[in-house]
Amino acid sequence: MANELVKPDKFFLNRFGMNEGALEQILGSALERRADYADLYFEYRSAEGLSLEESMVNHTSKSVSHGVGVRVCAEDRTGYAYSDEVTIDRMRMAAEAARAIADHRGERPGAVQVGKPVAQHNLYELESIPTDVPLEERARLLKQIDELARAYDPRVRNVMASVAAERKLVMVVNSDGQIAADVQPLCRLNVTLIAEDAKGRQMGAFGGGGRVEWSYFFEGDRWKEYTLKAARQAIINLEAVDAPAGEMVVVLGPGWPGILLHEAIGHGLEGDFNRKGVSAFSNRIGQQVASPLCTVIDDGTIANRRGSLNVDDEGTPTSRTVLIEKGILRGYLQDRLNARLMKMAPTGNGRRESFAYSPMPRMTNTFMLPGDSTPAEILRSVKHGLYAVSFGGGQVDITNGKFVFSASEAYLIEDGEVTRPVKGATLIGNGPDVLTRVSMVGNDLELDSGIGTCGKDGQSVPVGVGLPTIRIDGITVGGTRA
Amino acid sequence: MTQLDAALAEWALSEARRHGATAAEVLCVSAESTAAGVRLGEVEKLKSSRERRLGLRVFIGHSSANASTAELDRGSLDAFIADTVKLAGLTAADPSSGLPDAALHPKHLPELELADLSHGIVGAEEALKLARTAERAALGADPRIKNSEGAEFDSGRYQVLFANSQGFSGEYAGSTFNLGVAPIAQSDDGKMQQGYWYTANRHFGRLDDPELVGKTAAKRALRRLGARKIKTMRAPVVFDPDMAASLLRSLAGAASGPSLYKGASFLVGRLGSEVAAVNVNIFDDGIMRAGMGSRPFDGEGLATNRKPLVEKGVLKTYLLDAYSARKLKLAPTGNASRAVGDSPTVSPTNLYLEPGRYTAEEIIGSVKQGLYVTELIGFGVNGVTGDYSRGAGGMWIEDGELAFPVQEITIAGNLKEMFLSIDMIGNDLKWRSPVVSPTMKIGAMMIAGE
Repeated sequence: MANELVKPDKFFLNRFGMNEGALEQILGSALERRADYADLYFEYRSAEGLSLEESMVNHTSKSVSHGVGVRVCAEDRTGYAYSDEVTIDRMRMAAEAARAIADHRGERPGAVQVGKPVAQHNLYELESIPTDVPLEERARLLKQIDELARAYDPRVRNVMASVAAERKLVMVVNSDGQIAADVQPLCRLNVTLIAEDAKGRQMGAFGGGGRVEWSYFFEGDRWKEYTLKAARQAIINLEAVDAPAGEMVVVLGPGWPGILLHEAIGHGLEGDFNRKGVSAFSNRIGQQVASPLCTVIDDGTIANRRGSLNVDDEGTPTSRTVLIEKGILRGYLQDRLNARLMKMAPTGNGRRESFAYSPMPRMTNTFMLPGDSTPAEILRSVKHGLYAVSFGGGQVDITNGKFVFSASEAYLIEDGEVTRPVKGATLIGNGPDVLTRVSMVGNDLELDSGIGTCGKDGQSVPVGVGLPTIRIDGITVGGTRA
Repeated sequence: MTQLDAALAEWALSEARRHGATAAEVLCVSAESTAAGVRLGEVEKLKSSRERRLGLRVFIGHSSANASTAELDRGSLDAFIADTVKLAGLTAADPSSGLPDAALHPKHLPELELADLSHGIVGAEEALKLARTAERAALGADPRIKNSEGAEFDSGRYQVLFANSQGFSGEYAGSTFNLGVAPIAQSDDGKMQQGYWYTANRHFGRLDDPELVGKTAAKRALRRLGARKIKTMRAPVVFDPDMAASLLRSLAGAASGPSLYKGASFLVGRLGSEVAAVNVNIFDDGIMRAGMGSRPFDGEGLATNRKPLVEKGVLKTYLLDAYSARKLKLAPTGNASRAVGDSPTVSPTNLYLEPGRYTAEEIIGSVKQGLYVTELIGFGVNGVTGDYSRGAGGMWIEDGELAFPVQEITIAGNLKEMFLSIDMIGNDLKWRSPVVSPTMKIGAMMIAGE
C-alpha cells in the first residue's frame, strides 16, 4: 500500500485497468454535445471504526467503497451520473446519461488531451495513518478513556468512546486535460458520557482529530483533555439552572463557538446561492455586514486540519479566502461552475460527500481573526448576559438569513463574573446583522478540536471553525425562564 | 437494476463459517435512481445512479464485527470475509451480542406493495415535465414570487436481500417517487422568503397533483413575507402537521433501546407510565400497505408489526432490536433497522399520532394569543433530559385568527411536559413520510423573541 500513498493517480489507473487513452475517450464521449466542461471523479475509500460502551470495546466495523462520477456542465446546467462499478463500460454509460444535459446543436469541443498535472498543496503527508496502528492499541486507548472518565467523578455512569479513521483516495480528470489526485486521511476520537445524580441525568461530549497520525492524540495528552472536558461538561450540567429567554448580551468562548460564523455568514456566502440571488447576502459585496472589528476567513490550506484539502473535489487547489475584511463583505466561496457563471475565480471550495454527488461550493476552515481584548476584559464588561463555551449543531435559512446554534455548555454572567451554569439553549439571530453587534474581539483565536461536519443538500463534508472570544450586544437566547 | 444474488449471500455465509465464524448475517442492497431538476423553467440538472453493496456481520461466540464492501467479485469477497472474521476475533465478547432467537423469524412474509409494479423509474423527459409543471404553478401564483431554488423530481427503486446463518432469508423490493419545489417570494423592501413543499409516495399514481404542490409552496413562501420578531412570552403553540411529526421523532428516539440502555433517554424507567396527555395515541405500524416506512421484516430478519407506542397517554412499549432487548431484558419489537455494513440500530417504521376530531382551523381558533409554528430549525433537542429549544417561524395567532408572520424566535420547554400538555389534536393526518402527525396544540411553551 506504500506506493498507493505516493501515487494515487497510478493507483486508480492500475486498480481499475484504465489508461489515459480510455479517460480521454470517455471525456470525449461526455462532451459529444455542446458542453462547456466535463470531469471524471474517482474515489476509493476505506474506513475503520471501533467503539467502547459499558467498559467493553464491543463494536468494530470496516468498510470499503469505490465509485466513479461523470459530470457534464453546459452553461448553468449539470448532468451527473455515477456508478460503484468502476469499469470502462459503466463510465461510458454514465457519460451518455450525463451528457443528456447538453444541447444537440452547436459545435463539439475539441479532443481532450489528458496529462496536465495540477500544482497542489502538501498539507497532510503522514508516515502512517491511524488504521495502520494495531487494533489492540486503539482499543487500549478507549479503555484508558473509560477509566479516566470514571475516576473523574463517581457520578459518571456510562462512557461511550469511539475512534473512526478513514483513508480516501481521489482522482479528478477534467476536459481541460488536468489530472489531480490526492490521498486524504481523516481521523476522529470522540468521548460521550452520561452523568447521573439523584436529580437526573446529563450528557457531556468532546472529541477531536484531523488529517493526523495516531500519535496526535497523545501529544500534550490530547486524549485526556477530550475525556476531562466531556466529563466536566456532564457534571457541570447536573447543576445547571433553566436558561434565560429573550434578547441579551452573549459572550462566545474561543474555538468551536465559531460555528456562529459557519451558520450566520459562511453558508450565505457560498457561490451557488449568490449566483441564483437567493441568499440574504446576495449582491452585497463591498457593503458593511459586520463591525469593523470582524475579519472572517475561509482557509483550506492549514496543515493537518479536518477542513483542509490539498485540492478540492474538482481538482482545484484550496486557498485562503477573505470573506469579511474589517466588517466589509469581500468575497464568495466558489466551485468551478458558479465561478465561471459569476465571472470570478474558483476558490478551491468545490466539495462533495462522495462519488455519489456532484460538487457544490462548501466551506473548509472558517474563522475570525483575533482582536485586541483579553477574554477577561470581555467578560468583565458584561453586567448581565450569557457566556457560551460549547455548542451542539446549528442551521441556517439562507434566504431570510435566520440562523440558530445550540449551546451545550453555558453560564450566566452577572456583574462581570461568570456564575451559574445554565441548561442548553438555542440562540437565534439574523446572519447579515449579527456581526454588526460584535463590540469586542478577543486576542485568543482558537481553531476547534476537529469535530465539525457540515450538511448541505443532503451531503456531509468535514469542516473546521475557529473564533476568538467575542462579545455580541444582543442575540435572542431560547431558554425557558422569563 | 442489477439483480441480487441469493446464491452469493449463501456462499458468503458459508465462507464466514469456514473462516471460523460461529454465526453471520449478510445484507445486500442494490439501488438505482434518477433525479431531474429545473430552475426558472430551464433544465438545471439531471442525475442518475446505480449502486450495489454487501454488508456482513460475523460472530465468534459473543464477539462480533461489521463490514461492508462494493467489491463483489468472489476473490475480493473472500479476503473481505476473512478480514471481517479476524476483526471479530479482536473484539471484546459481549454477552448481549448475537443473532436474535431463531424461533422469532417469520415463516411467511407479508406482501406490502412497497414497489410500484406498474411504473418504473421516471425518465428524464417526464421527470422534467413534472418538475416544470410544479415550478410554473409556483411562479405563476403571485407576482411577488420572483425567484426560485427550483423544482426536482426524483425516483428510485431498490432491492434488499437479507440472510443469516440460522436459516432465515428474505428479499423485497421497493420504489420511491418524490417531487419538491422551492419558490422564493420577495417583498417591496427586498426581503426574501422561501417556501418548500413536496409530495412523495411509493406509487407514482398516488402523488399529489404537481400544480397543487407548486401552489402550496408559493402560498407558504408568501405568507412568510413581512415576518417579524415578537416579545418574549409564555403562550400556547400550535404545531402544523410536519412540525408535530418532528416531536414524534424525538419521542421515538427516546423510546428506542440503544438510548435507554445507555441511560441517554428521558424515558428510562417510564414503560407503563403516563408520558403524554390522555388523548394521545401513537402507533408504530411496520406492515401498513405501501407505507414509506413499511418493511416485511426488520434489519435482523424479525417480523414487523403494528403496535401502540403510546395508548391513552401511557407508554406501552419501547422500540427494540435484539441487542438492546437483551440489555433491557425485554423481547425485540421488530424495529431493528440496518444500513449496509452497520450493526443494527433502532428506528420506528410508520409512526403516527392518531387523528383527533378538530380541524386545524378549530385548533387555531381556540387560541387567544399564541404561535402557529410552521418552521423549526436547529438541533436543540436533548434526548437525555428532554430539554427542548429550537428556532421557530410561523404565524402569530390573535383572537383565534392567523394575524401576521413571525420569525427569529425560539420555542422552549421540556418534551416530558410538552407531551403531557397536548390539549387538542387535529383530524388532518396525511401520509407523506414515515413519521406523520395531524396538527396539534401544546398548552404553553416559552417563546423567546425581543
